[in-house]
Amino acid sequence: MSWLFTYPDTYEIGLPNQGLQILAEIVTEHPDAVAERAYAPWIDLEAELRAHGLPLFSVEGHRPAAMFDLIGFNLSAELTYTNLVNLIDLAGIPVRAAERSEQHPLVCIGGHCTYNPEPVADFVDLVVLGDGEEVVSEITDVVLEWKASGRGDRREVLLALARVPGVYVPAAYEVSYDGPRLRSIEPIWPGVPAVVEKRTIADLGAWPYPKNQLVPLTEVVHDRLNVEVFRGCTRGCRFCQAGMITRPVRERPAEQVRTMVAEGLRRTGYDEVALTSLSTADFSNITDIVGELAGNRPPADGSGDLCGPVSVSLPSLRVDAFGVGIAAELQKGRRSGLTFAPEAGTWRMRQVINKLIRDEDLYGAVDSAYSQGWRRVKLYFLTGLPTETDVDTLGIAELAANCIEVGRQHQRSPGVTVSVGGFVPKPFTPFQWFGQNTAVELQRKISLLRDAFRDVKGAQMKWHDPSATQIEGLLSRGDRRLGPVIESVWRRGGTFQEWSEHFRLDLWADAMAEHGLSMDDYVHRHRTEDEVLPWSHLSAGLHHDFLWQDWRDALAEVGLPDCRWTPCYDCGACTGYGIEHVVASATPPAGGSQGTGQGLSWTPDSRPVPVELGVGARGRRSS
Amino acid sequence: MTRLRVRYNKRGRVRFLSHRDVARCLERAVRRAGLPVAYSQGFSPRARLHFGLALSNGFESDAEFFDVDLVDPGPADPGSADPVDLRSTMERAVAGHLVGAGGLAERLSSVLPDGIDVAAVVPIAAGTASLQDSVEVCTWQFRLVEVPADALDAAATRLLDRDRVEVTLIRKGKQVSEDLRPLLGEHSTRMSSEGAVLTIDLGTKPRSVRPVEFLAALDAPELIGNVADVRVLRTHQWINLDGQRCEPISLPRPSTHAEERAS
Repeated sequence: MSWLFTYPDTYEIGLPNQGLQILAEIVTEHPDAVAERAYAPWIDLEAELRAHGLPLFSVEGHRPAAMFDLIGFNLSAELTYTNLVNLIDLAGIPVRAAERSEQHPLVCIGGHCTYNPEPVADFVDLVVLGDGEEVVSEITDVVLEWKASGRGDRREVLLALARVPGVYVPAAYEVSYDGPRLRSIEPIWPGVPAVVEKRTIADLGAWPYPKNQLVPLTEVVHDRLNVEVFRGCTRGCRFCQAGMITRPVRERPAEQVRTMVAEGLRRTGYDEVALTSLSTADFSNITDIVGELAGNRPPADGSGDLCGPVSVSLPSLRVDAFGVGIAAELQKGRRSGLTFAPEAGTWRMRQVINKLIRDEDLYGAVDSAYSQGWRRVKLYFLTGLPTETDVDTLGIAELAANCIEVGRQHQRSPGVTVSVGGFVPKPFTPFQWFGQNTAVELQRKISLLRDAFRDVKGAQMKWHDPSATQIEGLLSRGDRRLGPVIESVWRRGGTFQEWSEHFRLDLWADAMAEHGLSMDDYVHRHRTEDEVLPWSHLSAGLHHDFLWQDWRDALAEVGLPDCRWTPCYDCGACTGYGIEHVVASATPPAGGSQGTGQGLSWTPDSRPVPVELGVGARGRRSS
Repeated sequence: MTRLRVRYNKRGRVRFLSHRDVARCLERAVRRAGLPVAYSQGFSPRARLHFGLALSNGFESDAEFFDVDLVDPGPADPGSADPVDLRSTMERAVAGHLVGAGGLAERLSSVLPDGIDVAAVVPIAAGTASLQDSVEVCTWQFRLVEVPADALDAAATRLLDRDRVEVTLIRKGKQVSEDLRPLLGEHSTRMSSEGAVLTIDLGTKPRSVRPVEFLAALDAPELIGNVADVRVLRTHQWINLDGQRCEPISLPRPSTHAEERAS
């Protein structure tokens, strides 16, 4: 029994993916299974492979992909979907699942994009929702049994897999349509669940993986030791799919973090470690751990020194949890870049998205950074958020300019890099009903900001291409009718769409027109409450009513506190699965706004852009 | 501070790693081996490794070198110019981490990828010239499959019989002409089971002759269709010590004919 874990982008991008490394290691520990890895060959290598009639092959053994029993793809970004199709084809496997036979590998996908796998449903045999640590072995065992019993009908093994909790087999469900809308998504195979629930591991401490992180010989992104300190986040930012689908918060025990860091550094020879999570500054007693690592102080357990200076990077820092203490500890090691994500330019906008950090929280964080010697900080923002006005958009430039002013107290020429992304509504978030801004509107907002930044000395602005954002939005909330669109784009050479030099809006626009589908309807339309969404038959544990109420609260600019430190509001993620938060500290990090009872008052400074609440027929009846 | 000089091979698939990739790899290996490596001062401390002449991507070698600085365990040894004393200093420096200097090569090899093997480690005296400065000549081996040795030898002899070997290159946006002839040394040719093998010394001062430059200068398209098909191996690097030509670290046995085990 063999798995080929594949990332549908280049080795340089895909190798650091921790999910695939964790799964490959767990499979390798199975007595009857092996795992190898593959990545998308770049354009030139693919041309050579095709010219010589060679298939996609594994990195470890250079074995053809079609020799494996299962090909497991990680889907982290929608724009890789055409690469998924391309790699299946390069493996020598029919791209449509319906055309595969017993001798072909099973094609499996996992990762955050699988919470709406419908656009790629035609191409895959099975989909895994949620944490893979447990279910990967359950799938392995089902396939082992199928092979032992003579590898019979393909449908037989898929039926058995569809009964594994967390596994969704698209072929087992039928979608019916009512014009442009979905009417229903119903199981058509016996014994498969009407709603597929995600998998969640209750205790991260039981899974200290990867134990043997891979050390690439060539340069890759995130080329460092990565130790996941917790999974899940309940800050409740309404735009953030990761924070909604990975609930609840499960912290790794601090002692295990120390051991994984010390052993990982010794084993790999890295001199940089990233403590990863969705919001690392929220980890209980983070300052102590960072201090030990960056200051190269021996850990309390006496596990020895760390073989030289170590630089510590903390991706995903919340500004209200970043204080001078942690900054002072960080700068003892080799200083790495600091990125904060205020996400929106005004307090009103941040109430809408429930990112409850005040301007002062941000200024406090950058003050800590500049005072501890950082010369430049990076700020991440979204534009195109629900109800966003030009005042909100321009607030981004104002905040950035003020940050530079704060920096001038400590630095001669402080710098700020502002990165602006277009907002894409994602499934299983309160904003899943929101009609995305058009590319034209996003471009207008970006231009506004560019003009505003022209006079801000020390500020550098970067932004994402709004037309790529549009296609990300199309695929994010699309349904099965996008399968032929993806296939058309792929057949016309549209691979590596997340690479700006290869992105081809024209291919997508042509394919949509060719298949009679409306970009506006898929991307820019507000959804109604009673609408059957393409992911209605899947569940991340979140109650529909919770999400809808949160969407209404967003439009009413009402914030929601973090439930890890305040009472439960029953979103469904814990109660539905009989699990709960695993958090070492019962109090939020010092200095924050959220959940600390600090004043969150706000004076209106602009009239929000109205969003029509489409409650639909059912909503009207009940209200 | 103790400085060690390390000699290693680069063979097989790892020949496709760039010089920078190998440098990063060696830096990690030094840490993985638990050596008390010294770090530079400043905002961004780096491990103090010093590399020699870069080996182009795609080429193999039996004679690569780097120097690494280790921190001393105690006060500086006043008699550190004495090689014997130096060795004991180093052994003290690595005490607790290593069995002794003899185990160092094996220890480093065990934490390096397949194809990179450490052949020898020696302490060097303070003030020893850097590899970059001191290496004057490299010996290169070119293997050409399905090429008769006599034809290859004739091409090389023709080249070496010339008084000048002009090459033109772009330097700082300007076309310049250089004479490679003074940098072309002794050559020999033989037949092996895998084809013709040409061995030649190429100088490095004032600048290194690149192996592909030499192949181009041979001007033998009938023998060399595609430069990428030629297997290139650096067998030696030579320094000048008091008028004596010798290697930065010479091995007990010369590592000739090692190509038979290459993949």
